Amino acid sequence: MMVSAILILTALGVTMGAMLGIASKYLAVEGNPLQQEIEELLPGSQCGQCGYPGCTPAAEAVTQGEAPVTMCPPGGKALAEALAEKMGVSIDLSSVEEKEPMIAFVHENLCVGCTKCFKRCPTDAILGGPKQIHAVFADACTGCEKCYDVCPTECIEMRPIKKTLQTWYWPEPAKVA
Amino acid sequence: MIEEKPVFGPYVHAKNSISRTMGLVMISLLPATLFGLYQFGWPAIFLFAVTLGGCLFAEAMALRIAGKPIKPFLMDGSALLTGWLLAMTLPPWAPWWIGLVGALLAIIVAKQVFGGIGQNLFNPAMVARVALLISFPLEMTLFNQPVPLFSSQAPGFLDSLAITFGSSDAIDAVSSATTLGHLKTEIGRGIAFQDAAAEGAGLWQLFWGQAAGSMGETSALLLLLGGLFLIYKKVITWHIPLSMLGTLALLATIFHLLDPQNYVEPLTHLFSGAAILCAFFIATDLVTSPVSTRGQILFGVGCGLLVYAIRTWAGYPEGVAFAVMLMNACTPLIDHYIKPRIYGRDRKGEPLNYVDEGADIR
Amino acid sequence: MTTANIFKLFKIRGGVHPDDKKRLSADQAIEKLPMPSLLHIPLQQHIGAPAEPLVRRGEEVKKGQLLARNQGAISAPVHAPTSGRIMGVGGYPAHHASGLSVRTITLKPDGKDEWIDTLDPSDDPFSLAPEEIADRVARAGIVGMGGATFPSAVKLNLRKRYQLHTLVINGAECEPYLTCDDRLMREQPEQVLDGVKLMAKALDVDHVLFAIENNKPEALAAIREAASDSDMISVVGLPTRYPMGSEKHLVQTLVGKETPARGLTADIGVVVHNVATARAVHDAIFSGHPLLSRIMTVTGGAVQQPKNVDVLIGTPLSNLVDFCGGFTQTPERLVSGGPMMGQPLPSTRVPAVKGSNGLLALSTEEVKASDEMPCIRCASCVNACPCGLVPLEMANHIRGGSLDTSVKLGLLDCIACGSCAYVCPSHIPLVQYFNYAKGELAARQRSQHKQIETKRLTELRSERMERIKKAKREAMMKRKKEMEAKKKREAEKSAVEGAES
Repeated sequence: MMVSAILILTALGVTMGAMLGIASKYLAVEGNPLQQEIEELLPGSQCGQCGYPGCTPAAEAVTQGEAPVTMCPPGGKALAEALAEKMGVSIDLSSVEEKEPMIAFVHENLCVGCTKCFKRCPTDAILGGPKQIHAVFADACTGCEKCYDVCPTECIEMRPIKKTLQTWYWPEPAKVA
Repeated sequence: MIEEKPVFGPYVHAKNSISRTMGLVMISLLPATLFGLYQFGWPAIFLFAVTLGGCLFAEAMALRIAGKPIKPFLMDGSALLTGWLLAMTLPPWAPWWIGLVGALLAIIVAKQVFGGIGQNLFNPAMVARVALLISFPLEMTLFNQPVPLFSSQAPGFLDSLAITFGSSDAIDAVSSATTLGHLKTEIGRGIAFQDAAAEGAGLWQLFWGQAAGSMGETSALLLLLGGLFLIYKKVITWHIPLSMLGTLALLATIFHLLDPQNYVEPLTHLFSGAAILCAFFIATDLVTSPVSTRGQILFGVGCGLLVYAIRTWAGYPEGVAFAVMLMNACTPLIDHYIKPRIYGRDRKGEPLNYVDEGADIR
Repeated sequence: MTTANIFKLFKIRGGVHPDDKKRLSADQAIEKLPMPSLLHIPLQQHIGAPAEPLVRRGEEVKKGQLLARNQGAISAPVHAPTSGRIMGVGGYPAHHASGLSVRTITLKPDGKDEWIDTLDPSDDPFSLAPEEIADRVARAGIVGMGGATFPSAVKLNLRKRYQLHTLVINGAECEPYLTCDDRLMREQPEQVLDGVKLMAKALDVDHVLFAIENNKPEALAAIREAASDSDMISVVGLPTRYPMGSEKHLVQTLVGKETPARGLTADIGVVVHNVATARAVHDAIFSGHPLLSRIMTVTGGAVQQPKNVDVLIGTPLSNLVDFCGGFTQTPERLVSGGPMMGQPLPSTRVPAVKGSNGLLALSTEEVKASDEMPCIRCASCVNACPCGLVPLEMANHIRGGSLDTSVKLGLLDCIACGSCAYVCPSHIPLVQYFNYAKGELAARQRSQHKQIETKRLTELRSERMERIKKAKREAMMKRKKEMEAKKKREAEKSAVEGAES
């Protein structure tokens, strides 16, 4: 009785171990394609809002598990969910407090047309040329605040995107205990 | 912009609440319960009170520890109903601590640990009953003949206190096996069903409730009436009771016809034991049964199948609690795979396509 | 008229039976509201692109004059409900739960109510070509007046793409409280039926089913009477059950076929129009009048005297409340439409629009907001859902943040009828979960689009930067070469000069 039990367990252990060994050999993944895939998901505007110098270092950090999948403010919940799926981690999206998306706004009476913001904008969302008053093309602005930082006359203000009847939707019901 | 978050409708609601649902179930249990309490006298009343009290106490404590508001959750009646159902399945003259331990098991282990009302996987009353049955097989299988309140054999108030709260061997005088237990033993000894049945309680006695057993096992008639009331009030639907009892009756009929010597006949199966109680009050437990009608039918069939199998071939004479718990475990699976068909889609979830079917548009 | 009483009806799943509360206003004949002192006419009163204003501040307009024209394939124009002066074009609180403002034309009536003189009534409406009828309906700015506000002309033009056989007129009015369609059918059955016949002509169908819930016997009788001379119109009494008026479920009840998911009722050959829309079509073609007014039910426990009122588009709702004797108490909820699917309104400042069929001021007793409790999986919602969904599971997934799973469970097949939330014993705001999830999904889709766009822009920019750099480099190289060449020349020159000297 005793002997047979030991034999069976040993045999089980050996077979499973062998199977694991074979699986690791045949199902092995070459290199790390994950980082590239993640980088493709990121906005690529190199805005630096995540605290990393650009989207490539950020993707690397996410891949290595140093940065959370919720690190990208312009990506919002949608990106966090996509990243979580890619990384195979579960996240509680409800706890991700979505930062209200902001876009830049140029106060025209203060703008001197220095083109500093114009040059820094990663998405070409600022219109205008030298000595011209600049304006922001709202649809292209990601709210990265790069222009905000460089404006010498502080004429750029970050404003929340205005909700319209088309973009408004019902709030999530309050949670109960 | 307005500050207050708008709330979507509907702005009118059906007069429906958890406490109303639970209340209706309790009302429908009332006739059978009162009859049971009458049949088994003061000890049964004491045990009933202890079990219900224990459930309420455990619920209040658990809510307090969990930091949930006590009043709305205690007032929803779910803890009371759990205690009630548990008490219905205990031997009526069992000692008080059986009721109390059962109550604590049901509320704390089977319900609150899972996250409270609506979250439990298993029916709390059945978890408690099964745990008690396994832990205290002696106390949980000591049944007695009905000795109606105020009848000559009935124990007095003080004697009853001794039965429930002290150590009294009064039960030995009236102890008796349940019908199913009796039949199981006899058939197991090789005695033919007909002969064994002749010694036990008759069918009518089972139907009216004049047989040994737990309170919920006695009056099939009153339980049936209560169950039909629940269906009438739309608290439950007919799917689970009918499919469960139907399966049980079908299997019993087939086997009884094949081998009348060794297999109990169908009506005994239906009216003895907790089959009716289970079909209408326990298997239909809202939280732990499937939500789709087809799922409910499958669930009922499964329950009926398991009840019959356990009663006939397994070691216990009654298998309702085990059957329900096993099927409870299947509920998430059933709900995952069996869903109603969505409007405008076929069973696979693809949009209906009239064109490819070549059907005429009209 | 065919024998309507034995018309074969088909069963639909689910549904609920709320107290219909129609007696509050059902016996009140339609009354015309006195001219308000200001009208606020939103440019977006329909599904689709907002209308483009054609008038400016200070301009005098006549009744029926085009104020804003439609733009895009799905849109509707807006007309002046009366004569007067345009006070401005700008933001004004929308007839919408959000309380956001929307571009609105404000008109100060001059009290003369003078019609524009270019009205173009048809002399012989029934000889008009289908295209002509649809065109006139489009020009009149008619939208689905049951509340959906989909431009009606677009629906009348469906014959071009679908093989249609039946027009269904929706007189179910299954929402509790509302009685405006009921009164309209009782008081103007001929006009309604003429509109119906015109729509049938526009759709080129030879069969019309006029469906009315059995809780409106007077309306049924009036329409039956008026339709008795028509062979193509069958008047059908429907069992009273919510949501019988849901387009897809109404068609299923009448025709016995489900509309394919993500499809239109036209996929099974049926087009549905509302009773009030039929009346508007009648006015547009017989008198040439654009859609300037509509009938609204003002009712609810907090209203002094519930009424059915003929209201000019743009009338502030406060005028309606005043006309009905004001509030008896501060309403617990102010709702546009019925209590099941209606939208809460932030205030009575907002104007009446083409799609508003009712203003409900519900008292505290009527609303009876109970505390939300955990779900007990009682399956009431599953049994009540007319779409075969499992609302409790969808809501659970939405609560847990997995919106994609809720979509797999059929979130987008939900018609937001509210039957599930109506029966829920735990008072869980199921529909709000679904609406939130639908909105959130749309928002995520928008942000994803934006992200793709951002990426494209960034790439374009880096390419350009690269080009500029390259150009600069090349220019530099060129300059360098030139300099070197120059130096060389100069060196040669100096060498030559040196040799010469």
